[in-house]
Amino acid sequence: MEVEIRLFASFREGREKKYFFKIGNLNLTVRDILEKLDIDEEEVAILLINGRDGKVDSALKDGDIISLFPPVGGG
Amino acid sequence: MIRYERNMSALSKEENEKLKDFRVVVVGCGGLGGYTVEMLARLGIGHITVVDGDSFSESNLNRQILSNNQNLGKNKAIQAKKRIEIVNDLIEVVPVTKFIDEYNGTDILKGHDIVIDGLDNIDTRFLLQEKCEELKIPFVHGAIGGWYGQVTTIFPGDRTLDFIYRNRRKEGIEKRLGNPSFIPAMVSSIQVSEAVKVLIKKGEILRKKLLVIDLLYQDFKIINF
Repeated sequence: MEVEIRLFASFREGREKKYFFKIGNLNLTVRDILEKLDIDEEEVAILLINGRDGKVDSALKDGDIISLFPPVGGG
Repeated sequence: MIRYERNMSALSKEENEKLKDFRVVVVGCGGLGGYTVEMLARLGIGHITVVDGDSFSESNLNRQILSNNQNLGKNKAIQAKKRIEIVNDLIEVVPVTKFIDEYNGTDILKGHDIVIDGLDNIDTRFLLQEKCEELKIPFVHGAIGGWYGQVTTIFPGDRTLDFIYRNRRKEGIEKRLGNPSFIPAMVSSIQVSEAVKVLIKKGEILRKKLLVIDLLYQDFKIINF
Protein backbone atom coordinates (compact mmCIF):
# COMPACT_ATOMS: atom_id res chain seq x y z
CA MET A 1 0.00 0.00 0.00
CA GLU A 2 1.72 3.12 -1.24
CA VAL A 3 0.76 6.66 -2.29
CA GLU A 4 2.68 9.16 -4.37
CA ILE A 5 2.92 12.84 -3.46
CA ARG A 6 3.86 15.37 -6.12
CA LEU A 7 4.90 18.82 -5.00
CA PHE A 8 4.81 21.89 -7.22
CA ALA A 9 6.27 25.40 -7.32
CA SER A 10 7.57 26.66 -3.98
CA PHE A 11 6.56 23.46 -2.16
CA ARG A 12 9.70 22.00 -3.75
CA GLU A 13 11.95 24.37 -1.80
CA GLY A 14 13.88 22.27 0.72
CA ARG A 15 11.89 19.20 -0.32
CA GLU A 16 11.91 16.65 -3.13
CA LYS A 17 9.60 16.94 -6.16
CA LYS A 18 8.07 13.56 -5.39
CA TYR A 19 7.59 11.32 -2.38
CA PHE A 20 6.32 7.80 -1.98
CA PHE A 21 4.70 6.90 1.32
CA LYS A 22 3.92 3.41 2.51
CA ILE A 23 0.50 3.68 4.10
CA GLY A 24 0.01 0.03 5.03
CA ASN A 25 -3.42 -0.56 6.47
CA LEU A 26 -3.48 2.73 8.37
CA ASN A 27 -6.45 4.91 7.61
CA LEU A 28 -4.42 7.90 6.55
CA THR A 29 -5.79 11.09 5.00
CA VAL A 30 -4.17 13.81 2.94
CA ARG A 31 -3.93 15.82 6.16
CA ASP A 32 -1.61 13.18 7.67
CA ILE A 33 0.66 13.42 4.64
CA LEU A 34 0.76 17.22 4.88
CA GLU A 35 1.88 16.89 8.48
CA LYS A 36 4.65 14.48 7.52
CA LEU A 37 5.89 16.92 4.88
CA ASP A 38 5.56 19.89 7.23
CA ILE A 39 3.18 21.67 4.86
CA ASP A 40 0.59 23.93 6.46
CA GLU A 41 -2.87 22.99 5.20
CA GLU A 42 -3.62 26.68 4.79
CA GLU A 43 -0.74 26.97 2.31
CA VAL A 44 -2.31 24.49 -0.11
CA ALA A 45 -4.22 26.32 -2.84
CA ILE A 46 -4.83 23.36 -5.15
CA LEU A 47 -5.13 19.80 -3.93
CA LEU A 48 -5.56 17.06 -6.50
CA ILE A 49 -6.16 13.40 -5.86
CA ASN A 50 -5.51 11.42 -9.02
CA GLY A 51 -5.78 14.62 -11.05
CA ARG A 52 -9.13 15.71 -9.61
CA ASP A 53 -10.02 18.31 -7.01
CA GLY A 54 -9.71 16.63 -3.59
CA LYS A 55 -10.14 17.31 0.12
CA VAL A 56 -7.63 17.25 2.96
CA ASP A 57 -9.71 14.77 4.91
CA SER A 58 -10.02 12.33 2.01
CA ALA A 59 -8.89 8.83 2.98
CA LEU A 60 -5.94 7.57 0.96
CA LYS A 61 -6.07 4.43 -1.14
CA ASP A 62 -3.29 2.32 -2.57
CA GLY A 63 -1.85 3.93 -5.67
CA ASP A 64 -3.32 7.41 -5.10
CA ILE A 65 -1.37 10.32 -6.53
CA ILE A 66 -1.68 13.54 -4.51
CA SER A 67 -0.61 16.80 -6.15
CA LEU A 68 -0.14 19.96 -4.10
CA PHE A 69 0.19 23.55 -5.35
CA PRO A 70 0.71 26.75 -3.33
CA PRO A 71 -1.30 29.94 -4.02
CA VAL A 72 0.04 32.17 -6.78
CA GLY A 73 -1.57 35.59 -6.52
CA GLY A 74 0.71 38.30 -7.89
CA GLY A 75 0.30 40.39 -10.98
CA MET B 1 -3.47 47.62 -43.40
CA ILE B 2 0.32 47.24 -43.28
CA ARG B 3 0.30 47.79 -39.50
CA TYR B 4 -1.44 44.45 -39.03
CA GLU B 5 0.25 42.58 -41.91
CA ARG B 6 2.26 40.33 -39.57
CA ASN B 7 -0.83 39.36 -37.62
CA MET B 8 -1.69 37.45 -40.82
CA SER B 9 -2.36 34.70 -41.38
CA ALA B 10 -2.28 33.51 -37.77
CA LEU B 11 -5.38 35.68 -37.85
CA SER B 12 -7.29 35.92 -41.11
CA LYS B 13 -7.87 39.36 -42.59
CA GLU B 14 -11.52 39.15 -41.48
CA GLU B 15 -10.58 38.10 -37.95
CA ASN B 16 -8.09 40.93 -37.61
CA GLU B 17 -10.63 43.36 -39.01
CA LYS B 18 -13.13 42.22 -36.37
CA LEU B 19 -10.75 42.98 -33.48
CA LYS B 20 -11.38 46.70 -33.81
CA ASP B 21 -15.01 46.16 -32.80
CA PHE B 22 -14.23 44.51 -29.46
CA ARG B 23 -14.13 46.20 -26.08
CA VAL B 24 -11.67 44.70 -23.60
CA VAL B 25 -11.08 45.76 -20.00
CA VAL B 26 -7.72 45.17 -18.33
CA VAL B 27 -8.00 45.34 -14.54
CA GLY B 28 -4.62 46.27 -13.11
CA CYS B 29 -1.86 47.90 -15.15
CA GLY B 30 1.21 46.57 -13.34
CA GLY B 31 3.28 43.52 -14.25
CA LEU B 32 0.67 41.47 -16.11
CA GLY B 33 -1.62 44.32 -17.16
CA GLY B 34 1.15 46.42 -18.72
CA TYR B 35 2.17 43.70 -21.16
CA THR B 36 -1.46 42.81 -21.78
CA VAL B 37 -2.41 46.36 -22.80
CA GLU B 38 0.59 46.58 -25.11
CA MET B 39 -0.23 43.30 -26.86
CA LEU B 40 -3.95 44.06 -27.20
CA ALA B 41 -3.15 47.42 -28.80
CA ARG B 42 -0.61 45.99 -31.24
CA LEU B 43 -3.07 43.29 -32.27
CA GLY B 44 -5.69 45.93 -33.03
CA ILE B 45 -8.31 45.54 -30.28
CA GLY B 46 -10.42 48.66 -30.91
CA HIS B 47 -11.32 49.68 -27.38
CA ILE B 48 -9.33 49.01 -24.23
CA THR B 49 -10.40 50.19 -20.78
CA VAL B 50 -7.44 50.22 -18.37
CA VAL B 51 -8.11 50.21 -14.64
CA ASP B 52 -5.63 51.04 -11.89
CA GLY B 53 -5.72 53.37 -8.89
CA ASP B 54 -2.02 52.93 -8.18
CA SER B 55 1.02 54.95 -9.25
CA PHE B 56 4.40 53.67 -10.41
CA SER B 57 7.12 53.30 -7.83
CA GLU B 58 10.77 52.32 -8.03
CA SER B 59 10.13 48.69 -7.06
CA ASN B 60 7.94 48.30 -10.18
CA LEU B 61 10.86 48.96 -12.54
CA ASN B 62 12.15 45.37 -12.54
CA ARG B 63 9.10 44.03 -14.37
CA GLN B 64 6.32 46.51 -15.15
CA ILE B 65 6.79 47.40 -18.80
CA LEU B 66 4.79 50.63 -18.51
CA SER B 67 7.05 51.96 -15.74
CA ASN B 68 10.27 53.87 -16.40
CA ASN B 69 12.60 56.35 -14.74
CA GLN B 70 10.52 59.26 -15.99
CA ASN B 71 7.04 58.27 -14.85
CA LEU B 72 7.54 57.25 -11.21
CA GLY B 73 4.69 58.64 -9.11
CA LYS B 74 2.30 58.78 -12.09
CA ASN B 75 -0.97 56.85 -12.25
CA LYS B 76 -0.62 53.49 -14.00
CA ALA B 77 -3.86 53.69 -16.02
CA ILE B 78 -2.96 57.13 -17.38
CA GLN B 79 0.51 55.88 -18.30
CA ALA B 80 -1.07 52.92 -20.11
CA LYS B 81 -3.11 55.35 -22.20
CA LYS B 82 -0.03 57.46 -22.97
CA ARG B 83 1.91 54.39 -24.04
CA ILE B 84 -0.80 53.21 -26.40
CA GLU B 85 -1.09 56.68 -27.95
CA ILE B 86 2.46 56.27 -29.25
CA VAL B 87 2.11 52.55 -30.13
CA ASN B 88 -1.21 52.50 -32.01
CA ASP B 89 -3.28 55.64 -32.29
CA LEU B 90 -6.16 53.71 -33.86
CA ILE B 91 -7.01 52.31 -30.45
CA GLU B 92 -9.38 54.01 -28.06
CA VAL B 93 -7.99 53.71 -24.53
CA VAL B 94 -10.11 54.77 -21.58
CA PRO B 95 -8.24 55.00 -18.27
CA VAL B 96 -10.04 54.44 -14.97
CA THR B 97 -7.82 55.79 -12.20
CA LYS B 98 -9.44 53.85 -9.37
CA PHE B 99 -9.08 50.45 -7.81
CA ILE B 100 -11.98 48.21 -8.68
CA ASP B 101 -14.26 47.40 -5.73
CA GLU B 102 -17.70 46.01 -5.01
CA TYR B 103 -19.30 49.42 -5.47
CA ASN B 104 -17.75 50.54 -8.77
CA GLY B 105 -17.11 47.07 -10.25
CA THR B 106 -20.32 46.69 -12.23
CA ASP B 107 -20.04 50.15 -13.81
CA ILE B 108 -16.40 49.64 -14.76
CA LEU B 109 -16.86 46.19 -16.30
CA LYS B 110 -20.24 46.45 -18.03
CA GLY B 111 -20.29 46.88 -21.79
CA HIS B 112 -17.06 44.94 -22.37
CA ASP B 113 -16.66 41.72 -24.33
CA ILE B 114 -14.00 40.25 -22.07
CA VAL B 115 -12.17 41.05 -18.83
CA ILE B 116 -8.45 40.40 -18.38
CA ASP B 117 -6.96 39.98 -14.93
CA GLY B 118 -3.91 42.10 -14.12
CA LEU B 119 -4.60 42.18 -10.37
CA ASP B 120 -2.09 41.58 -7.62
CA ASN B 121 -4.29 40.03 -4.94
CA ILE B 122 -6.61 37.08 -4.54
CA ASP B 123 -9.56 38.85 -2.87
CA THR B 124 -10.16 41.25 -5.76
CA ARG B 125 -9.95 38.36 -8.22
CA PHE B 126 -12.93 36.76 -6.46
CA LEU B 127 -14.77 40.06 -6.80
CA LEU B 128 -13.94 40.06 -10.52
CA GLN B 129 -15.18 36.49 -10.91
CA GLU B 130 -18.45 37.45 -9.19
CA LYS B 131 -18.98 40.63 -11.21
CA CYS B 132 -18.15 38.89 -14.49
CA GLU B 133 -20.68 36.20 -13.65
CA GLU B 134 -23.36 38.84 -12.93
CA LEU B 135 -22.61 40.66 -16.17
CA LYS B 136 -22.14 37.43 -18.17
CA ILE B 137 -18.67 38.39 -19.37
CA PRO B 138 -15.81 35.90 -19.80
CA PHE B 139 -12.78 36.51 -17.64
CA VAL B 140 -9.16 35.54 -18.35
CA HIS B 141 -7.39 34.94 -15.06
CA GLY B 142 -3.63 35.15 -14.73
CA ALA B 143 -1.40 35.26 -11.66
CA ILE B 144 2.33 35.21 -11.00
CA GLY B 145 4.77 34.65 -8.15
CA GLY B 146 8.50 33.96 -8.31
CA TRP B 147 9.27 31.49 -11.11
CA TYR B 148 5.64 30.46 -11.26
CA GLY B 149 2.45 31.50 -12.99
CA GLN B 150 -1.00 30.31 -13.96
CA VAL B 151 -3.72 31.06 -16.50
CA THR B 152 -7.33 29.99 -16.91
CA THR B 153 -10.32 31.34 -18.83
CA ILE B 154 -13.47 31.54 -16.74
CA PHE B 155 -16.99 31.72 -18.18
CA PRO B 156 -19.99 32.79 -16.10
CA GLY B 157 -20.92 29.89 -13.84
CA ASP B 158 -17.54 28.10 -14.04
CA ARG B 159 -16.23 29.65 -10.79
CA THR B 160 -12.82 28.15 -11.45
CA LEU B 161 -11.20 30.39 -8.83
CA ASP B 162 -13.05 28.41 -6.14
CA PHE B 163 -10.91 25.39 -7.08
CA ILE B 164 -7.56 27.12 -7.47
CA TYR B 165 -7.65 29.19 -4.28
CA ARG B 166 -9.33 26.66 -2.01
CA ASN B 167 -8.46 28.51 1.20
CA ARG B 168 -9.02 31.97 -0.28
CA ARG B 169 -5.84 33.19 1.32
CA LYS B 170 -5.26 36.89 0.91
CA GLU B 171 -1.68 36.49 -0.23
CA GLY B 172 0.19 34.13 -2.47
CA ILE B 173 3.81 33.04 -2.74
CA GLU B 174 4.71 36.26 -4.60
CA LYS B 175 4.91 38.11 -1.27
CA ARG B 176 7.93 36.01 -0.38
CA LEU B 177 9.34 35.22 -3.84
CA GLY B 178 8.80 38.50 -5.68
CA ASN B 179 8.23 38.67 -9.43
CA PRO B 180 11.23 38.66 -11.78
CA SER B 181 10.85 40.30 -15.22
CA PHE B 182 10.26 37.18 -17.29
CA ILE B 183 7.23 35.84 -15.46
CA PRO B 184 4.65 38.60 -16.11
CA ALA B 185 5.61 38.73 -19.80
CA MET B 186 5.08 34.98 -20.11
CA VAL B 187 1.74 34.79 -18.31
CA SER B 188 0.37 37.94 -19.97
CA SER B 189 1.16 36.51 -23.43
CA ILE B 190 -0.89 33.43 -22.69
CA GLN B 191 -3.75 35.53 -21.28
CA VAL B 192 -3.84 37.67 -24.43
CA SER B 193 -3.85 34.62 -26.69
CA GLU B 194 -6.77 33.24 -24.66
CA ALA B 195 -8.70 36.53 -24.93
CA VAL B 196 -8.24 36.71 -28.69
CA LYS B 197 -9.40 33.12 -29.13
CA VAL B 198 -12.52 33.77 -27.05
CA LEU B 199 -13.29 36.91 -29.06
CA ILE B 200 -12.83 35.43 -32.52
CA LYS B 201 -13.96 31.92 -31.50
CA LYS B 202 -10.84 30.14 -32.68
CA GLY B 203 -8.79 27.21 -31.42
CA GLU B 204 -9.10 25.77 -27.93
CA ILE B 205 -9.12 27.68 -24.67
CA LEU B 206 -8.24 26.94 -21.05
CA ARG B 207 -11.84 26.72 -19.88
CA LYS B 208 -12.18 24.69 -16.66
CA LYS B 209 -8.48 24.04 -17.12
CA LEU B 210 -5.63 25.75 -15.32
CA LEU B 211 -2.28 26.05 -17.06
CA VAL B 212 0.36 25.94 -14.34
CA ILE B 213 3.76 27.27 -15.31
CA ASP B 214 7.01 26.55 -13.49
CA LEU B 215 9.93 28.27 -15.20
CA LEU B 216 12.42 27.01 -12.63
CA TYR B 217 11.91 23.40 -13.73
CA GLN B 218 10.37 24.28 -17.14
CA ASP B 219 7.35 22.31 -16.09
CA PHE B 220 4.06 23.18 -17.84
CA LYS B 221 0.99 21.36 -16.67
CA ILE B 222 -2.74 21.58 -17.39
CA ILE B 223 -5.09 20.75 -14.53
CA ASN B 224 -8.71 19.91 -15.40
CA PHE B 225 -11.54 21.04 -13.13
